[in-house]
Amino acid sequence: MKPESEAMTLDLKASVRLTNEVGLHARPSVKLTQSAKRFRARVEVATAADGPWVDAKSPVKIMRVKALKGETLHFRASGTDASQALDALVDLVQRKFGEE
Amino acid sequence: MTQNVGIVIVSHSLKVAEGAADMARQMVGNSVSIAYAGGNAEGGIGTDVASIIAAIETAWSDAGVAILVDLGGAETNSEMAIEMMQEDRRDRVVICNAPIVEGAVMAATEASGGSNLAKVKATAEELMAQ
Repeated sequence: MKPESEAMTLDLKASVRLTNEVGLHARPSVKLTQSAKRFRARVEVATAADGPWVDAKSPVKIMRVKALKGETLHFRASGTDASQALDALVDLVQRKFGEE
Repeated sequence: MTQNVGIVIVSHSLKVAEGAADMARQMVGNSVSIAYAGGNAEGGIGTDVASIIAAIETAWSDAGVAILVDLGGAETNSEMAIEMMQEDRRDRVVICNAPIVEGAVMAATEASGGSNLAKVKATAEELMAQ
């Protein structure tokens, strides 16, 4: 198997605690999807390590997650820029979505 | 650099249209052009084809324009507005079957990521699926 295709199928994971006051409310949800869309990787989010997983690029689905402050967001990503995508999303959550 | 899809909000009430536009704009800033039309030509409750056409022209993007509407007349007058546009622009304007406020926010969010018109419409309409 070529290295490129190996990278495509690799499922990278990361998790981060929501520390902003409102949790995954409307504006944070929008920022998360916008950030995820900047990458080609497929990125999914869940509030538990075993899912259910939802598409991080879908504002409708992300807003339905309704995760609160203190909950942990789990990310998994696959694709050539999966690792950069996870770094960016974890950073966004840690920066409290730039809102506080 | 390609332009993002534009968003037009058409309500029977100018205040609803303006408020929905404000909410969408707060989410996406200036990355998406958002325009609205509300009320009839006399300034009462209703919709007006001329002001819908003006809103579409204000929000115009070569990537197309997605329209969010409230009740029946807003949809039929939006359809009429599209009919009256230049032929080469008509197929780049779509009406979304979605709730007006949430649909506007979702469509604007999708548009801000550079998605095409079909994807913007599909995201707004995803709100209808449970």
